[in-house]
Amino acid sequence: MKILVCITNVPDTTAKISFTDGDTKFNKTGVQYICGPYDDYALSRAVELKEQHGGTVTVLNVGEAESEQVIRKCLAIGADDAIRVNTEPTDSYFVAEQIAHIASQENYDLILMGRESIDFNSGVIHGLVGEMLGIPSLSPVMKLEIDGGVAKMTREIEGGKEDIEASLPLVLGCQEPIAEWKIPNMRGIMSARTKPLKVVEPVGVGLTITEKYALPAPKGAVKMIPAEEAEKLIDLLKNEAKVL
Amino acid sequence: MSVLVFAELDNGSIKKSSLEAIYYGSEVAKAKGSSVTVLAIGESSNEALAIAGKYGASKVLWASDARLNVASIQAYSSVLAEAVNATSAEFVILSKSSLGDAVSARVSAKLKASIVSNVVDLPDFSSGVTVKRSIYTGKAFATVALTADKKVIAIKKNAVNVVEGDGSASVENFAPSLNDADFAVKVTGTHKASGQVSLPEADLVVSAGRGLKGPENWGIVEDLANALGAATACSKPVSDLDWRPHHEHVGQTGIKVSPNLYIACGISGAIQHLAGVNSSKVIVVINKDPEAPFFKAADYGIVGDVFDVLPRLTKAIQAAK
Ligand SMILES: Cc1cc2nc3c(=O)[nH]c(=O)nc-3n(C[C@H](O)[C@H](O)[C@H](O)COP(=O)(O)OP(=O)(O)OC[C@H]3O[C@@H](n4cnc5c(N)ncnc54)[C@H](O)[C@@H]3O)c2cc1C
Ligand SMILES: Nc1ncnc2c1ncn2[C@@H]1O[C@H](COP(=O)(O)O)[C@@H](O)[C@H]1O
Repeated sequence: MKILVCITNVPDTTAKISFTDGDTKFNKTGVQYICGPYDDYALSRAVELKEQHGGTVTVLNVGEAESEQVIRKCLAIGADDAIRVNTEPTDSYFVAEQIAHIASQENYDLILMGRESIDFNSGVIHGLVGEMLGIPSLSPVMKLEIDGGVAKMTREIEGGKEDIEASLPLVLGCQEPIAEWKIPNMRGIMSARTKPLKVVEPVGVGLTITEKYALPAPKGAVKMIPAEEAEKLIDLLKNEAKVL
Repeated sequence: MSVLVFAELDNGSIKKSSLEAIYYGSEVAKAKGSSVTVLAIGESSNEALAIAGKYGASKVLWASDARLNVASIQAYSSVLAEAVNATSAEFVILSKSSLGDAVSARVSAKLKASIVSNVVDLPDFSSGVTVKRSIYTGKAFATVALTADKKVIAIKKNAVNVVEGDGSASVENFAPSLNDADFAVKVTGTHKASGQVSLPEADLVVSAGRGLKGPENWGIVEDLANALGAATACSKPVSDLDWRPHHEHVGQTGIKVSPNLYIACGISGAIQHLAGVNSSKVIVVINKDPEAPFFKAADYGIVGDVFDVLPRLTKAIQAAK
């Protein structure tokens, strides 16, 4: 089985977000980068499927050279090789074009992604890539088993879940509990240094332009209510906050 | 040059979040001097769909083919793309949801359209078309220009203040050309909790964390939620421990909610939890630890024991009714 796993290089979930150059650029100073948490689930499941069924796992990132630290970590977790499309991932359509272009050059049985990135939070790359390749896309997938050429999955829907079946190839957006996050071991880290990481140049153009960033207005001070008078909360929610 | 809104149905009725999308679409149409058409797919009725008029739509296209009764990402995307072509729509508006994400993505690939998700405000038409979207899981915003001829905008729930009018929309049958390949994915079973307030759609949410000590104590959370007509939610460890179902987990790696009121009970307020709830309009925190970080993100706070405070709040709400 050939699996392609698409990963993002994103600020750590605890990172403080700020901007520079008149709010036109993300401020990378002091920010720790990680592999997107959902992408990490996709990668972990891909490595498990390889252990069960044989095959290869290729990691793909659309990003600049600074992504390579996170890509090496993915190789240490068990991916066999990696491809980096050397460009700033500025627009969903543009990123999807890169992934579809790479995927169209090989016959991948599965293209796994996270349900959403934690920088753009769009949850659209899987659908874009699926449509560009003319194959089904499903998200968020919380269980995935492969039986012959068929994928048996559980997908979260609003207020519950559904069981689904579809023939490979597929594009899937993953979320827990599809797999447990894996931590690289020493052997993995050593071998990752020599695994192939191919850098290619982008194709196509984006269809949106990000012009400016802004931070949310700071939250006003919290109004504390003594526990003995907890009932007062209801009156405040009704008459002051007007949400009841 | 018109505006097409994709409306999701729940038991035949247009979902609240889709009514927001229709209203958003009508504001876009107003600015552009054009009209709004709504596409609804699946089982419904003329009366249920005519409601779209109250939110500014003039016409509803209803694709009621029985094969579309189970939501299929590919089939719905094909139907929507066909409706875009039939109405020569420039704008496609929908509400962000797991179905909305998938459908908006595939449609934008079919149409080579600009796609922006998580939009929180009406577009600005002063130079081209720009929208404000939420990024970094609610920690920031970006202003984005849509440069393609066709534009797909997925709005965040509860981001627009809907004003209800008294219009009524005409409902027309829409018969798309369905293709077998669009039904390649088979749904073999559905497990849905019924009769509860749906969390992503909810205006009011009562959420609880590890401070509740165990699943046997959720009665006090549910009682408060029932008294308010709120949905219930939980922190990640609570769903990891199987105290509550996974689809109630909110946060960075769970559902993102933006209700009018979010009441957090026995939740510490870790940054990853806040990421899923930070666009709630009003946040109430109940925690016995005055140093709990959640108080910094709250509008109202009570330092107290959930086992004492929650039942008293439930009583106070019932008394106020
Ligand atoms: C990559 C990543 C992603 C994550 N994603 C998420 C996510 O999506 N959602 C999420 O929730 N977490 C997420 N987490 C976990 C997060 O960091 C916290 O561990 C988690 O939110 C803590 O849950 P909690 O507040 O229920 O539990 P705790 O942190 O244990 O807090 C329990 C709170 O209850 C209070 N308490 C105890 N007893 C009482 C009582 N009787 N009355 C009142 N208060 C009481 C305590 O004072 C404490 O503040 C993520 C972590 C990582 C690393
Ligand atoms: N720059 C990128 N490179 C590779 N994969 C990506 C990139 N951006 C997004 N993805 C994948 O697409 C998923 C959904 O992203 P998004 O649509 O931005 O929420 C992510 O979880 C990743 O798996």
